[in-house]
Amino acid sequence: MSPFSALLRKDLRVELRTLRSLPAMALFAVSAFVIFRFGLDRTTLDGELAAGVLVPTLLFAALLAINRLFVAEREEGGFELIRLAPIDRTVLFAAKASALVIYLVILELIAVPIFALFFLDSASGLLPFALILLLTNVGLAATGTVISTIATMSSARDLLAPLILLPLLIPLVIAAAGAGEHLLAAGGPDYGRFGTWLALLGLYDLIFLLVGYATFDFLLED
Amino acid sequence: MERTVAVETGPVTDVGEPAIALRRLRRDFGDRTALAGISARLEQGESLAVLGPNGSGKSTLLRVLAGLLRPSGGEVSVLGCPLPKETHRIRGRIGYLGDQPLLYRDLTVRENLDLAAALHRLNPEQADIRIQTLLEDIGMAHRAQDRVAELSAGMKQRVDICRAVLHSPDLLLLDEPDAHLDADARTRIQPLIAATPERSRVIVSHDRELATAGADVVLELR
Repeated sequence: MSPFSALLRKDLRVELRTLRSLPAMALFAVSAFVIFRFGLDRTTLDGELAAGVLVPTLLFAALLAINRLFVAEREEGGFELIRLAPIDRTVLFAAKASALVIYLVILELIAVPIFALFFLDSASGLLPFALILLLTNVGLAATGTVISTIATMSSARDLLAPLILLPLLIPLVIAAAGAGEHLLAAGGPDYGRFGTWLALLGLYDLIFLLVGYATFDFLLED
Repeated sequence: MERTVAVETGPVTDVGEPAIALRRLRRDFGDRTALAGISARLEQGESLAVLGPNGSGKSTLLRVLAGLLRPSGGEVSVLGCPLPKETHRIRGRIGYLGDQPLLYRDLTVRENLDLAAALHRLNPEQADIRIQTLLEDIGMAHRAQDRVAELSAGMKQRVDICRAVLHSPDLLLLDEPDAHLDADARTRIQPLIAATPERSRVIVSHDRELATAGADVVLELR
Protein backbone atom coordinates (compact mmCIF):
# COMPACT_ATOMS: atom_id res chain seq x y z
CA MET A 1 0.00 0.00 0.00
CA SER A 2 1.32 3.45 -0.85
CA PRO A 3 1.99 5.93 1.99
CA PHE A 4 -0.84 8.12 0.66
CA SER A 5 -3.36 5.25 0.73
CA ALA A 6 -2.14 4.15 4.16
CA LEU A 7 -2.55 7.64 5.65
CA LEU A 8 -5.94 8.25 4.04
CA ARG A 9 -7.18 4.84 5.14
CA LYS A 10 -5.94 5.54 8.66
CA ASP A 11 -7.89 8.80 8.87
CA LEU A 12 -11.11 7.29 7.50
CA ARG A 13 -10.79 4.27 9.76
CA VAL A 14 -10.25 6.40 12.87
CA GLU A 15 -13.22 8.63 11.96
CA LEU A 16 -15.43 5.61 11.36
CA ARG A 17 -14.47 4.23 14.78
CA THR A 18 -14.60 7.40 16.83
CA LEU A 19 -17.16 9.52 14.88
CA ARG A 20 -15.48 12.66 16.21
CA SER A 21 -16.01 14.96 13.22
CA LEU A 22 -18.81 13.91 10.87
CA PRO A 23 -21.74 13.68 13.32
CA ALA A 24 -20.80 17.07 14.79
CA MET A 25 -20.62 18.62 11.30
CA ALA A 26 -23.99 17.18 10.27
CA LEU A 27 -25.65 18.17 13.53
CA PHE A 28 -24.28 21.70 13.24
CA ALA A 29 -25.58 22.08 9.68
CA VAL A 30 -29.06 20.76 10.50
CA SER A 31 -29.27 22.94 13.63
CA ALA A 32 -28.26 25.97 11.57
CA PHE A 33 -31.01 25.25 9.02
CA VAL A 34 -33.58 25.02 11.82
CA ILE A 35 -32.36 28.33 13.26
CA PHE A 36 -32.51 29.98 9.81
CA ARG A 37 -35.99 28.62 9.22
CA PHE A 38 -37.31 30.19 12.39
CA GLY A 39 -34.98 33.20 12.36
CA LEU A 40 -35.95 34.22 8.82
CA ASP A 41 -39.53 33.06 9.35
CA ARG A 42 -39.54 31.64 5.83
CA THR A 43 -40.56 28.22 4.58
CA THR A 44 -39.05 28.71 1.15
CA LEU A 45 -35.80 30.27 0.00
CA ASP A 46 -34.41 30.83 -3.46
CA GLY A 47 -31.68 32.68 -5.29
CA GLU A 48 -29.13 34.60 -3.29
CA LEU A 49 -30.85 33.96 0.05
CA ALA A 50 -30.84 30.18 -0.50
CA ALA A 51 -27.17 30.24 -1.47
CA GLY A 52 -26.43 32.65 1.39
CA VAL A 53 -27.83 30.21 3.91
CA LEU A 54 -26.50 26.98 2.43
CA VAL A 55 -22.90 27.89 1.55
CA PRO A 56 -21.85 29.60 4.83
CA THR A 57 -23.55 26.85 6.86
CA LEU A 58 -21.50 24.18 5.07
CA LEU A 59 -18.37 26.30 5.49
CA PHE A 60 -18.84 26.74 9.25
CA ALA A 61 -19.61 23.02 9.60
CA ALA A 62 -16.35 22.30 7.76
CA LEU A 63 -14.45 24.34 10.36
CA LEU A 64 -15.31 21.71 12.96
CA ALA A 65 -13.44 19.07 10.96
CA ILE A 66 -10.60 21.42 10.04
CA ASN A 67 -10.00 22.23 13.71
CA ARG A 68 -9.66 18.52 14.48
CA LEU A 69 -7.71 17.56 11.36
CA PHE A 70 -4.28 17.18 12.98
CA VAL A 71 -5.22 16.46 16.59
CA ALA A 72 -4.07 12.83 16.39
CA GLU A 73 -0.85 13.82 14.62
CA ARG A 74 -0.08 16.34 17.37
CA GLU A 75 -1.06 14.22 20.35
CA GLU A 76 -0.11 10.73 19.19
CA GLY A 77 3.17 11.34 17.40
CA GLY A 78 1.90 11.25 13.82
CA PHE A 79 4.06 14.21 12.79
CA GLU A 80 7.19 12.43 14.05
CA LEU A 81 6.19 9.26 12.19
CA ILE A 82 6.00 11.23 8.95
CA ARG A 83 9.22 13.12 9.61
CA LEU A 84 11.12 9.90 10.31
CA ALA A 85 9.82 8.11 7.22
CA PRO A 86 11.60 8.19 3.84
CA ILE A 87 8.64 9.79 2.08
CA ASP A 88 7.73 13.13 0.62
CA ARG A 89 5.89 14.96 3.41
CA THR A 90 3.37 16.41 0.99
CA VAL A 91 1.87 12.92 1.04
CA LEU A 92 0.40 13.90 4.42
CA PHE A 93 -1.03 17.09 2.89
CA ALA A 94 -2.61 15.08 0.06
CA ALA A 95 -4.03 12.46 2.43
CA LYS A 96 -5.46 15.02 4.88
CA ALA A 97 -6.97 17.16 2.12
CA SER A 98 -8.51 14.05 0.52
CA ALA A 99 -9.96 12.95 3.87
CA LEU A 100 -11.44 16.42 4.31
CA VAL A 101 -13.01 16.31 0.83
CA ILE A 102 -14.59 12.95 1.69
CA TYR A 103 -15.96 14.33 5.00
CA LEU A 104 -17.41 17.34 3.17
CA VAL A 105 -19.05 15.19 0.49
CA ILE A 106 -20.64 13.03 3.21
CA LEU A 107 -21.75 16.16 5.06
CA GLU A 108 -23.34 17.52 1.89
CA LEU A 109 -25.07 14.20 1.15
CA ILE A 110 -26.78 14.62 4.52
CA ALA A 111 -27.20 18.39 4.78
CA VAL A 112 -28.18 19.43 1.24
CA PRO A 113 -31.28 17.15 1.01
CA ILE A 114 -32.36 18.41 4.43
CA PHE A 115 -31.84 21.98 3.24
CA ALA A 116 -33.93 21.21 0.14
CA LEU A 117 -36.64 19.68 2.31
CA PHE A 118 -36.70 22.72 4.60
CA PHE A 119 -36.45 25.52 2.05
CA LEU A 120 -36.58 24.63 -1.65
CA ASP A 121 -39.67 24.44 -3.84
CA SER A 122 -37.72 22.81 -6.63
CA ALA A 123 -34.57 20.72 -6.43
CA SER A 124 -33.75 21.05 -10.13
CA GLY A 125 -30.76 23.32 -9.46
CA LEU A 126 -29.12 20.97 -6.99
CA LEU A 127 -27.51 18.68 -9.54
CA PRO A 128 -25.43 21.39 -11.24
CA PHE A 129 -24.85 22.95 -7.81
CA ALA A 130 -23.26 19.64 -6.72
CA LEU A 131 -20.43 20.35 -9.17
CA ILE A 132 -19.98 23.79 -7.60
CA LEU A 133 -19.92 22.21 -4.14
CA LEU A 134 -17.36 19.63 -5.23
CA LEU A 135 -14.97 22.33 -6.43
CA THR A 136 -15.68 24.34 -3.27
CA ASN A 137 -14.79 21.25 -1.22
CA VAL A 138 -11.42 20.91 -2.93
CA GLY A 139 -10.55 24.55 -2.24
CA LEU A 140 -11.81 24.34 1.31
CA ALA A 141 -9.81 21.17 1.92
CA ALA A 142 -6.59 22.54 0.44
CA THR A 143 -6.78 25.83 2.35
CA GLY A 144 -8.08 24.16 5.51
CA THR A 145 -5.26 21.61 5.56
CA VAL A 146 -2.54 24.26 5.21
CA ILE A 147 -4.06 26.54 7.86
CA SER A 148 -4.79 23.66 10.19
CA THR A 149 -1.13 22.62 10.00
CA ILE A 150 0.00 26.14 10.87
CA ALA A 151 -2.52 26.33 13.71
CA THR A 152 -1.53 22.93 15.08
CA MET A 153 2.04 24.11 15.54
CA SER A 154 0.82 27.13 17.54
CA SER A 155 -0.35 27.34 21.14
CA ALA A 156 -3.39 29.41 20.02
CA ARG A 157 -4.51 26.68 17.67
CA ASP A 158 -8.26 26.87 18.38
CA LEU A 159 -8.36 30.56 17.57
CA LEU A 160 -5.84 30.63 14.78
CA ALA A 161 -7.55 28.29 12.32
CA PRO A 162 -10.83 30.23 11.98
CA LEU A 163 -9.13 33.63 12.23
CA ILE A 164 -6.72 32.97 9.36
CA LEU A 165 -8.93 30.63 7.38
CA LEU A 166 -12.14 32.63 7.09
CA PRO A 167 -10.59 35.62 5.27
CA LEU A 168 -8.82 33.26 2.88
CA LEU A 169 -12.11 31.55 2.09
CA ILE A 170 -13.92 34.73 1.04
CA PRO A 171 -13.24 34.25 -2.73
CA LEU A 172 -14.45 30.66 -2.43
CA VAL A 173 -17.67 31.74 -0.71
CA ILE A 174 -18.27 34.52 -3.24
CA ALA A 175 -17.90 32.07 -6.13
CA ALA A 176 -19.98 29.28 -4.56
CA ALA A 177 -22.73 31.62 -3.38
CA GLY A 178 -22.67 33.50 -6.70
CA ALA A 179 -23.19 30.26 -8.60
CA GLY A 180 -25.81 29.14 -6.09
CA GLU A 181 -27.76 32.37 -6.54
CA HIS A 182 -28.39 31.52 -10.20
CA LEU A 183 -28.70 27.76 -9.86
CA LEU A 184 -31.19 27.95 -6.98
CA ALA A 185 -33.25 30.75 -8.55
CA ALA A 186 -37.02 30.62 -8.17
CA GLY A 187 -37.80 29.89 -11.81
CA GLY A 188 -35.24 27.08 -12.13
CA PRO A 189 -31.48 27.08 -12.67
CA ASP A 190 -29.95 29.85 -14.76
CA TYR A 191 -26.66 28.76 -16.38
CA GLY A 192 -25.68 32.23 -17.59
CA ARG A 193 -22.45 32.63 -15.61
CA PHE A 194 -22.01 29.00 -14.60
CA GLY A 195 -18.74 28.67 -16.52
CA THR A 196 -17.29 31.80 -14.92
CA TRP A 197 -17.97 30.55 -11.39
CA LEU A 198 -16.55 27.11 -12.27
CA ALA A 199 -13.40 28.72 -13.64
CA LEU A 200 -13.02 30.92 -10.56
CA LEU A 201 -13.41 27.95 -8.22
CA GLY A 202 -11.02 25.88 -10.32
CA LEU A 203 -8.43 28.66 -10.21
CA TYR A 204 -8.79 29.03 -6.43
CA ASP A 205 -8.38 25.25 -6.00
CA LEU A 206 -5.31 25.19 -8.20
CA ILE A 207 -3.66 28.08 -6.35
CA PHE A 208 -4.21 26.61 -2.89
CA LEU A 209 -3.26 23.08 -3.93
CA LEU A 210 0.01 24.52 -5.23
CA VAL A 211 0.48 26.61 -2.07
CA GLY A 212 -0.06 23.48 0.05
CA TYR A 213 2.31 21.43 -2.07
CA ALA A 214 5.00 24.11 -2.00
CA THR A 215 4.82 24.95 1.70
CA PHE A 216 3.81 21.77 3.52
CA ASP A 217 7.31 20.36 3.84
CA PHE A 218 8.46 23.64 5.41
CA LEU A 219 5.43 23.72 7.76
CA LEU A 220 6.40 20.37 9.29
CA GLU A 221 9.94 21.49 10.06
CA ASP A 222 11.13 22.09 13.63
CA MET B 1 22.90 29.63 30.57
CA GLU B 2 25.01 26.54 30.13
CA ARG B 3 23.71 23.58 32.08
CA THR B 4 25.02 20.62 30.16
CA VAL B 5 28.51 19.23 30.18
CA ALA B 6 29.56 16.30 28.08
CA VAL B 7 31.99 13.74 29.45
CA GLU B 8 33.13 11.24 26.91
CA THR B 9 34.72 7.93 27.82
CA GLY B 10 35.47 4.74 25.94
CA PRO B 11 37.07 4.17 22.55
CA VAL B 12 37.27 6.91 19.97
CA THR B 13 38.76 5.79 16.69
CA ASP B 14 39.19 7.39 13.32
CA VAL B 15 38.54 4.26 11.30
CA GLY B 16 35.76 4.59 8.70
CA GLU B 17 32.71 6.86 8.72
CA PRO B 18 31.28 7.21 12.21
CA ALA B 19 27.63 6.43 12.93
CA ILE B 20 27.47 9.65 14.94
CA ALA B 21 29.88 12.55 15.21
CA LEU B 22 29.04 15.52 17.44
CA ARG B 23 31.21 18.58 17.75
CA ARG B 24 30.23 21.27 20.23
CA LEU B 25 26.52 20.58 19.63
CA ARG B 26 24.22 23.20 21.10
CA ARG B 27 20.45 23.32 21.23
CA ASP B 28 18.48 26.23 22.64
CA PHE B 29 14.78 26.62 23.36
CA GLY B 30 14.36 30.38 23.37
CA ASP B 31 16.61 31.74 26.13
CA ARG B 32 17.12 28.31 27.66
CA THR B 33 20.04 26.16 26.58
CA ALA B 34 19.19 22.46 26.70
CA LEU B 35 22.42 21.15 25.20
CA ALA B 36 25.70 23.02 25.33
CA GLY B 37 28.98 21.94 23.80
CA ILE B 38 28.30 18.23 23.37
CA SER B 39 31.05 16.34 21.57
CA ALA B 40 31.05 12.61 20.97
CA ARG B 41 31.79 10.03 18.34
CA LEU B 42 30.26 6.63 17.80
CA GLU B 43 31.57 4.14 15.27
CA GLN B 44 29.36 1.89 13.15
CA GLY B 45 28.07 -1.07 15.15
CA GLU B 46 28.83 0.52 18.51
CA SER B 47 26.52 1.42 21.34
CA LEU B 48 26.40 4.82 23.01
CA ALA B 49 24.89 5.23 26.46
CA VAL B 50 23.64 8.70 27.34
CA LEU B 51 23.25 9.26 31.05
CA GLY B 52 22.07 12.16 33.11
CA PRO B 53 19.44 13.41 35.50
CA ASN B 54 16.00 14.68 34.51
CA GLY B 55 16.17 17.81 32.38
CA SER B 56 19.80 17.31 31.38
CA GLY B 57 18.92 17.21 27.67
CA LYS B 58 18.98 13.46 26.99
CA SER B 59 15.73 13.37 25.06
CA THR B 60 16.62 16.60 23.25
CA LEU B 61 19.90 15.03 22.11
CA LEU B 62 18.01 12.01 20.78
CA ARG B 63 15.57 14.23 18.89
CA VAL B 64 18.45 16.17 17.32
CA LEU B 65 20.09 12.91 16.24
CA ALA B 66 16.79 11.72 14.74
CA GLY B 67 16.51 14.91 12.70
CA LEU B 68 13.37 15.97 14.59
CA LEU B 69 15.05 19.04 16.10
CA ARG B 70 17.51 21.36 14.41
CA PRO B 71 20.76 21.98 16.25
CA SER B 72 21.22 25.62 17.30
CA GLY B 73 24.98 25.40 16.89
CA GLY B 74 27.93 23.07 16.46
CA GLU B 75 28.25 20.17 14.06
CA VAL B 76 26.18 17.00 13.92
CA SER B 77 26.73 14.12 11.55
CA VAL B 78 24.53 11.03 11.62
CA LEU B 79 25.27 8.01 9.41
CA GLY B 80 27.68 10.18 7.45
CA CYS B 81 25.08 12.90 6.81
CA PRO B 82 25.59 16.40 8.24
CA LEU B 83 22.44 17.68 9.95
CA PRO B 84 20.23 19.53 9.33
CA LYS B 85 21.43 19.95 5.73
CA GLU B 86 21.07 16.29 4.81
CA THR B 87 18.36 15.20 7.21
CA HIS B 88 16.39 13.81 4.27
CA ARG B 89 19.15 11.23 3.70
CA ILE B 90 18.82 9.66 7.14
CA ARG B 91 15.03 9.34 7.03
CA GLY B 92 14.15 5.69 6.99
CA ARG B 93 17.57 4.69 8.35
CA ILE B 94 16.76 5.68 11.93
CA GLY B 95 14.74 3.66 14.42
CA TYR B 96 13.44 6.16 16.96
CA LEU B 97 11.81 5.29 20.26
CA GLY B 98 10.75 8.51 21.95
CA ASP B 99 9.58 9.31 25.44
CA GLN B 100 5.99 9.05 24.15
CA PRO B 101 4.85 6.16 21.94
CA LEU B 102 4.38 7.08 18.28
CA LEU B 103 1.21 5.04 17.99
CA TYR B 104 -2.34 6.03 17.07
CA ARG B 105 -4.60 5.18 20.01
CA ASP B 106 -7.64 4.37 17.89
CA LEU B 107 -5.83 1.97 15.57
CA THR B 108 -5.10 -1.60 16.52
CA VAL B 109 -1.58 -2.83 17.20
CA ARG B 110 -1.49 -4.47 13.80
CA GLU B 111 -2.87 -1.42 11.99
CA ASN B 112 -0.24 0.80 13.60
CA LEU B 113 2.55 -1.48 12.47
CA ASP B 114 1.03 -1.83 8.97
CA LEU B 115 0.95 1.97 8.75
CA ALA B 116 4.59 2.23 9.84
CA ALA B 117 5.53 -0.42 7.25
CA ALA B 118 3.70 1.49 4.51
CA LEU B 119 5.38 4.78 5.49
CA HIS B 120 8.76 3.04 5.24
CA ARG B 121 7.73 1.51 1.91
CA LEU B 122 8.38 -2.04 3.05
CA ASN B 123 7.35 -4.85 0.74
CA PRO B 124 3.83 -5.78 1.98
CA GLU B 125 4.43 -9.54 2.06
CA GLN B 126 7.78 -9.22 3.80
CA ALA B 127 6.29 -6.64 6.18
CA ASP B 128 3.49 -9.07 7.10
CA ILE B 129 6.00 -11.72 8.06
CA ARG B 130 8.25 -9.26 9.86
CA ILE B 131 5.38 -7.79 11.88
CA GLN B 132 4.11 -11.23 12.87
CA THR B 133 7.61 -12.32 13.92
CA LEU B 134 8.19 -9.16 15.95
CA LEU B 135 4.82 -9.45 17.70
CA GLU B 136 5.62 -13.03 18.63
CA ASP B 137 9.09 -12.04 19.83
CA ILE B 138 7.67 -9.47 22.24
CA GLY B 139 4.73 -11.63 23.31
CA MET B 140 2.06 -9.38 21.79
CA ALA B 141 0.76 -11.52 18.91
CA HIS B 142 -2.41 -12.31 20.85
CA ARG B 143 -3.18 -8.58 21.25
CA ALA B 144 -2.55 -7.67 17.58
CA GLN B 145 -6.20 -6.81 16.93
CA ASP B 146 -6.63 -4.73 20.09
CA ARG B 147 -6.69 -0.96 19.93
CA VAL B 148 -3.61 0.73 21.35
CA ALA B 149 -5.91 2.73 23.67
CA GLU B 150 -6.81 -0.56 25.37
CA LEU B 151 -3.21 -1.54 26.12
CA SER B 152 -1.24 -0.97 29.30
CA ALA B 153 1.75 1.40 29.25
CA GLY B 154 4.17 -1.55 29.14
CA MET B 155 2.35 -3.13 26.21
CA LYS B 156 2.37 0.16 24.33
CA GLN B 157 6.11 0.38 24.93
CA ARG B 158 6.61 -3.12 23.51
CA VAL B 159 4.57 -2.29 20.41
CA ASP B 160 6.44 0.99 19.99
CA ILE B 161 9.74 -0.90 20.09
CA CYS B 162 8.40 -3.14 17.30
CA ARG B 163 7.53 -0.01 15.33
CA ALA B 164 11.00 1.43 15.87
CA VAL B 165 12.85 -1.67 14.63
CA LEU B 166 10.33 -2.77 11.97
CA HIS B 167 12.27 -1.33 9.02
CA SER B 168 15.64 -2.72 10.20
CA PRO B 169 17.26 0.69 10.78
CA ASP B 170 21.00 1.36 10.66
CA LEU B 171 20.84 3.42 13.86
CA LEU B 172 18.59 2.90 16.85
CA LEU B 173 17.79 5.88 19.07
CA LEU B 174 16.14 4.66 22.23
CA ASP B 175 14.76 6.85 24.98
CA GLU B 176 14.29 4.79 28.15
CA PRO B 177 13.42 1.59 26.25
CA ASP B 178 12.76 -0.31 29.47
CA ALA B 179 10.20 2.21 30.74
CA HIS B 180 7.06 0.48 32.05
CA LEU B 181 8.43 -2.97 31.18
CA ASP B 182 8.41 -5.97 33.52
CA ALA B 183 11.34 -8.36 33.79
CA ASP B 184 10.00 -10.76 31.16
CA ALA B 185 9.39 -7.95 28.66
CA ARG B 186 12.89 -6.54 29.28
CA THR B 187 14.37 -9.91 28.43
CA ARG B 188 12.23 -10.19 25.31
CA ILE B 189 13.18 -6.78 23.90
CA GLN B 190 16.94 -7.13 24.47
CA PRO B 191 17.70 -8.98 21.20
CA LEU B 192 15.54 -6.51 19.25
CA ILE B 193 17.35 -3.42 20.45
CA ALA B 194 20.91 -4.71 20.76
CA ALA B 195 23.69 -3.09 18.75
CA THR B 196 24.99 -5.34 15.98
CA PRO B 197 27.84 -4.94 13.48
CA GLU B 198 25.28 -3.51 11.03
CA ARG B 199 23.37 -1.43 13.53
CA SER B 200 24.58 1.23 15.93
CA ARG B 201 22.62 2.25 18.98
CA VAL B 202 22.13 5.22 21.25
CA ILE B 203 20.36 4.44 24.48
CA VAL B 204 19.19 7.14 26.86
CA SER B 205 18.50 6.32 30.46
CA HIS B 206 18.93 7.55 33.97
CA ASP B 207 19.53 3.92 34.97
CA ARG B 208 23.31 3.69 34.72
CA GLU B 209 23.45 -0.09 34.96
CA LEU B 210 20.97 -0.69 32.17
CA ALA B 211 22.36 1.94 29.81
CA THR B 212 26.03 1.06 30.19
CA ALA B 213 25.56 -2.70 29.77
CA GLY B 214 27.26 -3.40 26.46
CA ALA B 215 27.97 0.28 25.82
CA ASP B 216 31.12 1.17 23.89
CA VAL B 217 30.85 4.89 24.60
CA VAL B 218 29.30 6.64 27.57
CA LEU B 219 28.17 10.25 27.43
CA GLU B 220 27.21 11.94 30.66
CA LEU B 221 25.01 15.02 30.55
CA ARG B 222 24.73 17.16 33.66
